[in-house]
Amino acid sequence: MNGTINALTRSMNVFHLAGSACNNCDIEILDALTPKYDLERFGMTLVGSIRHADVVLVSGIFNRKAAIRAQEVLAQTPKPYLVLGIGACPCTGLMFRDSYNWDRPPSDYMNIDAFVPGCPPKPEAIIAAVVKVIEGLRSGALVPRCLLEEPAPADTPVTEAADTV
Amino acid sequence: MKSNLVLLEFLFFPGLLFTAVAGLLTSWVDRKVTALVQMRVGPPLLQPFHDIRKLFIKETCVPEGGAIGLFLLAPLLGLAAVTLASMILWRTLLDVEATFVGDLIVLIYLLVMPALSVMLGSFASRNPLASLGGSREVKLMIAYELPLVLAILVPVIHANSIRLGDLVTANAPVFNLSGVLALLVCIACMQAKLTIVPFDMPEAETELSGGALIEYSGPPLAMFKLTRAMMLFTMPVLLVVLFFGGLVSGPGWLPAVIGFLLWFVLVALTIVLRNTTPRVRIDQAVRFFWGPVSLVALLAAVLAWLGW
Ligand code: SF4
Repeated sequence: MNGTINALTRSMNVFHLAGSACNNCDIEILDALTPKYDLERFGMTLVGSIRHADVVLVSGIFNRKAAIRAQEVLAQTPKPYLVLGIGACPCTGLMFRDSYNWDRPPSDYMNIDAFVPGCPPKPEAIIAAVVKVIEGLRSGALVPRCLLEEPAPADTPVTEAADTV
Repeated sequence: MKSNLVLLEFLFFPGLLFTAVAGLLTSWVDRKVTALVQMRVGPPLLQPFHDIRKLFIKETCVPEGGAIGLFLLAPLLGLAAVTLASMILWRTLLDVEATFVGDLIVLIYLLVMPALSVMLGSFASRNPLASLGGSREVKLMIAYELPLVLAILVPVIHANSIRLGDLVTANAPVFNLSGVLALLVCIACMQAKLTIVPFDMPEAETELSGGALIEYSGPPLAMFKLTRAMMLFTMPVLLVVLFFGGLVSGPGWLPAVIGFLLWFVLVALTIVLRNTTPRVRIDQAVRFFWGPVSLVALLAAVLAWLGW
């Protein structure tokens, strides 16, 4: 385990990037941050600026215009950082699959490191996922995708042309 | 040879290293007590150190079109100032003869610097939210500096000196009516100087999302956090020196224990205030400091002049 990963996993500042979710996932994320679950035990705190973030929680899908902005927000995050997809939406699009105003699920154009399945996942599931991610990072099984050299397919921008809809 | 010694003192004891470690431990106390108030477990003891270490491995983002030089220099300014301030204070506490006449005035100026550095950094980052935070910081500073300096006049009048070494050995001004009033004023001003609730509008998480520091990442942000933690440690020490002078100086271990207990009470008071009050608006804060607080500070100064 190298120093960078050790330092990162001991103090994670969480930033909540809410897309067009049905809001259930957002509420579960906020639940996980309440005193009852006390994530500060693991050194996690919610931050308001993307520049202070180490973990970006993505919930819901992004429509064509918002997708470009979401990619911009991720590009502003200081490296190394992790992106977690909360709920089934960022992975597949789920119930927004047939919407007229979207293009692809966020997993297609964002470097998402891990998904927390569920619709919505419980706070316990989110915490368990974070613990697994930390274990994966420490054992070397998981490398933050923002640190990988080759540009992932996810780096391709969403087409602006479809804006005319 | 002497200048080398001063440099070592600046870097290790009682300068940067000592103040940083003490400040981070103080900020842990702050977070832990806050957690206990909210009936949760709270962060582990070394959490503030991990936070700082993590920031040093992060990338430093500089905003496009901002004043890059100023943006990167501002955090250093605040850190250097608070280190110097703490060094002057601790040299006084360790040896009352070691300081020079007028060091209190230098100290007051040095303690303005951290707020100034936040302001400069926020304006240099060319972010509208940061500018809002910066302008609130300026207004807050204008608001609390007047009563703070008036209140600091009280121990000066009692001891008839502007040398910290004399203030520490003089009779504790807090045994007079004017001393008590001035101490209350100073506690209110300390809360604002540390920009913690109820006077944290420069950083207002909810409406300015980080405010003045919104564009900072990596090592510069770490320096700002360190500066804040060091201020949290240094300001109560200053109040102890100013208002409890005679009690905390002298031979033996008793003054040191009393000093530590008084310091802890002041820190605890700050934390409890932070957890039990809502954030006020900037105009309410200015009215509060220029109205009742300044009047009380003026009254205290006049009473001290009359010998009360
Ligand atoms: S995963 Fe389910 S609960 Fe979460 S945003 Fe999507 S539809 Fe809503």
